[in-house]
Amino acid sequence: MPTLPQRSTELEMPGTLEMSPAGLYCPAGGFHIDPWRAVPRAVITHAHADHARSGCGQYLCLSTGKRVLRERVGGSARIDTLRRGEQVRVGDVDLKLVPSGHILGAAQVCVTHRGVRWVVTGDYKLEADPTCDPFEPVETDVLVTESTFGLPIYRWGDPQDTADAINAWWRDSREAGRTCVLFAYALGKAQRLASMLDPSIGPIYAHGAVMKMVRAYRDSGVRLPPIDQLAPATRRAGGGRAMVIAPPSAAGSRWLKTFGETQVAMASGWMTIRGVRRRRGFDRGFILSDHADFPGLVQAVEASRARRVYVTHGSTASFARFLCERGIEASELSTRFHGEEGSDESDVDQPAADSDSPALPDEQADEEAVEETS
Amino acid sequence: MRRFARLFHDLDATTRTAEKVRALVVYFSEAPAEDAAVALAMLSGKRQRRGVTTTLLRAWAAEAAGIPDWLLEESYAAVGDLAETIALVLPDAAVDAPSRGLAEMIAATIEPLAAADPAEKQRIVTATWQQLHRDERVVWHKLITGGFRVGVARTLVARALAEIAGVEPATMAHRLMGLSAITAEDYQKLLDADAAVDDPTRPYPFFLASPVDEAVASLGDVADWSAEWKWDGMRAQLIRRGDVRVLWTRGEELASDAFPELIAAAERLPEGCVLDGEVLAYDECELLGFAALSRRAGRRRVTAKVLREIPCVFVAYDLLEADGQDLREEPLHVRRARLAALGLPAFKETADRTEPTAPLDGVEEAPAPRLFFSPRVSADSWEALAEARATSRERGVEGLMLKRCESPYRVGRPRGDWWKWKVDPLEIDAVLLYAQAGHGRRASLHTDYTLGVWDGDLLVPAAKAYSGLTDAEIAEIDRIIRQTTRERHGPVRVVEPTLVFQLAFDGIAASKRHKSGIALRFPRIARWRREKQPAEAGRLEDLRALLPPSQQAERP
Ligand SMILES: [Zn+2]
Repeated sequence: MPTLPQRSTELEMPGTLEMSPAGLYCPAGGFHIDPWRAVPRAVITHAHADHARSGCGQYLCLSTGKRVLRERVGGSARIDTLRRGEQVRVGDVDLKLVPSGHILGAAQVCVTHRGVRWVVTGDYKLEADPTCDPFEPVETDVLVTESTFGLPIYRWGDPQDTADAINAWWRDSREAGRTCVLFAYALGKAQRLASMLDPSIGPIYAHGAVMKMVRAYRDSGVRLPPIDQLAPATRRAGGGRAMVIAPPSAAGSRWLKTFGETQVAMASGWMTIRGVRRRRGFDRGFILSDHADFPGLVQAVEASRARRVYVTHGSTASFARFLCERGIEASELSTRFHGEEGSDESDVDQPAADSDSPALPDEQADEEAVEETS
Repeated sequence: MRRFARLFHDLDATTRTAEKVRALVVYFSEAPAEDAAVALAMLSGKRQRRGVTTTLLRAWAAEAAGIPDWLLEESYAAVGDLAETIALVLPDAAVDAPSRGLAEMIAATIEPLAAADPAEKQRIVTATWQQLHRDERVVWHKLITGGFRVGVARTLVARALAEIAGVEPATMAHRLMGLSAITAEDYQKLLDADAAVDDPTRPYPFFLASPVDEAVASLGDVADWSAEWKWDGMRAQLIRRGDVRVLWTRGEELASDAFPELIAAAERLPEGCVLDGEVLAYDECELLGFAALSRRAGRRRVTAKVLREIPCVFVAYDLLEADGQDLREEPLHVRRARLAALGLPAFKETADRTEPTAPLDGVEEAPAPRLFFSPRVSADSWEALAEARATSRERGVEGLMLKRCESPYRVGRPRGDWWKWKVDPLEIDAVLLYAQAGHGRRASLHTDYTLGVWDGDLLVPAAKAYSGLTDAEIAEIDRIIRQTTRERHGPVRVVEPTLVFQLAFDGIAASKRHKSGIALRFPRIARWRREKQPAEAGRLEDLRALLPPSQQAERP
């Protein structure tokens, strides 16, 4: 039997996976997984900006994710692909990619080295999503799991109920003659939402950043309802009947102001918390996430039958402690997957300034500045 | 309950006044009268009885959710609201139980909870969880822990009910005055378009003044204006109707018990009489100041010692009802003439102290006068008024009130007819929104306050001020902050807006960097206004009105 790493905050297993300055690295295979710097060889779980950086010499991803990753890393990058479940030998390890259900082409990375299997989940969700392949549980020895929503307050309902609520909101807004603006991450969430909309209610428009990824999805064979990119001249053309899907960075922008009367909503797991909804000033908050909720995380960890679990992203300390108390050897894996850039393309849809700070820090800072200058 | 939960969430979710009113209209037109009556009382800030402590509720919730206590606490830290945290972690109700009405829920759960022993409490709570939807649970948890508060201005409630009843908002505002506990019948009467709602204790909605700066001359001919001292006390209405003698504060608190000498004095008022004026602490020779008055205000019972040490008087400046007739549509000069005709002595802020003379045998000492008339400060020019105003500080008054002689007695704070022309420092009443622990000696107490003023029906942060309060006050406020914390973010607590402070500042400037659009210079807390309700706090437009004219145009 191989020796499992000691309890620590870093992976210390020589050979299979370890933390390097560029992120998670597999010395035996000579590749990084979701590196945060340009490296020679990168295995990519999915194309969100905090997992897929441009500039690497060679990318490997799930075949369904190639077109989307191309959008992210540029036309000249070398992208190799694996079919779902296809196993290849890379250096001294066996490597395969298994769908994680997160967004189109998102994969869990399975690395088997000297008989010990490691699975890096990347981001995942267990719910059905018509725009991507469903999560496949994989049994493993060591599991590296995300825990973005690793607190028990996060429990998603049936996505169909969310779809119904969004369509009902759209109908109501149409009656009031107000254009609906739905904020969502441009890659993944936006397309999933588009697939949930009832196009009989009115026209669907998308912000340019969203539209780029809509095209990539369509090119990959995902069926989506008719969506038009919104040219400046057409903004009022929806006549208060339209649904506009836009990235959150468009909130409060001049672009948005040109729509006239709008109803603004955000679709995210963070919308679970009333205070987050309120502070961000959305008219509505729809709870819809491409990450697993707390019961989903627990279910996935248990289904993996992993004897050792590393927890990354989000509520890592709490979730690891919770697992330990349930008899699963778990600890935090410190990463820098998030926080390097505040891109909307990232689906670590942390409500940046809102998650751990009140609405007032800028106000406070300003008050103090005034005192100094007066 | 589901309907009421929906109202709570709708009010919470929107910042638009019109949508809040819409949500209220929807609720009140759909809810059965018995639920609507309870909801109205709660929206009016009626204190709830606590059925269970949050400590017990947390323990039971963790048990029901199958999570350790520490994880519930970490969840609470992330959510910032305990009622909501517990609602979120609990497993969903097994069956879609039919929703019970608000009144029924209160009768069936909250009242029994208060009386039950802990084991029975837990049984009631866990059984009720099975019947409630997530959104309903949030509201129910707030109700059973006595922490239910909702951020909606009373004027909006009045607007919504007025729309349903088909009456003017001012009429509804009047009907709602002084309302605390109401029955379903009361509620139906409220909505009756032609009802003469004849509760003899009911006060009139107050007419409030707006601040005015040095540019008073722009108000026109000084002869059109009636000036009075702006007394530094507590605004109140003194009512005498038949046997009813009551004193109402501007926050619609019944203050009769706190001022028994004024209630006694009201007996000498003519029948059917409502005075608008100021309660002042005054010992027959001099004003005792606001701090003294605050020891009297807000008390249920006053000891004989406090009564003796801090005697109070009522200085009337307006007459709203005489001979049972509503005079509010009459011009100010007519109302003032009728007020003068009541024969109350004119109030003087200082008087010579005379040696008390021994009462003659068998003759009772005439009681000191308690009710006064606020005399006009006459001047034939704005310059003369400005000179008079310059004496404010030595008189112990806040400045001058300027009231248009032809003005009716309006509702609320419409600008134009009543102005308060205060002396510096500039001041505004503001509501505590966020509190943070201090440093050093006060590290364990919340002493750094972020205070807000009203912008529409929203409270917006206006200034951060450090406490200028006494240690005893700080300790008391700290307790209230802990009890009313709505969310915690690291060291900062977001509190329910319940505490009102008088904020003094030395200047004001337009600021694009502040959400409020203004920056106050050297803001500081002048005093705690215990007698004031958040709804009585100042408004952002009042502050903007104080901007130098050159900056007025810059405002958004
Ligand atoms: Zn992602």
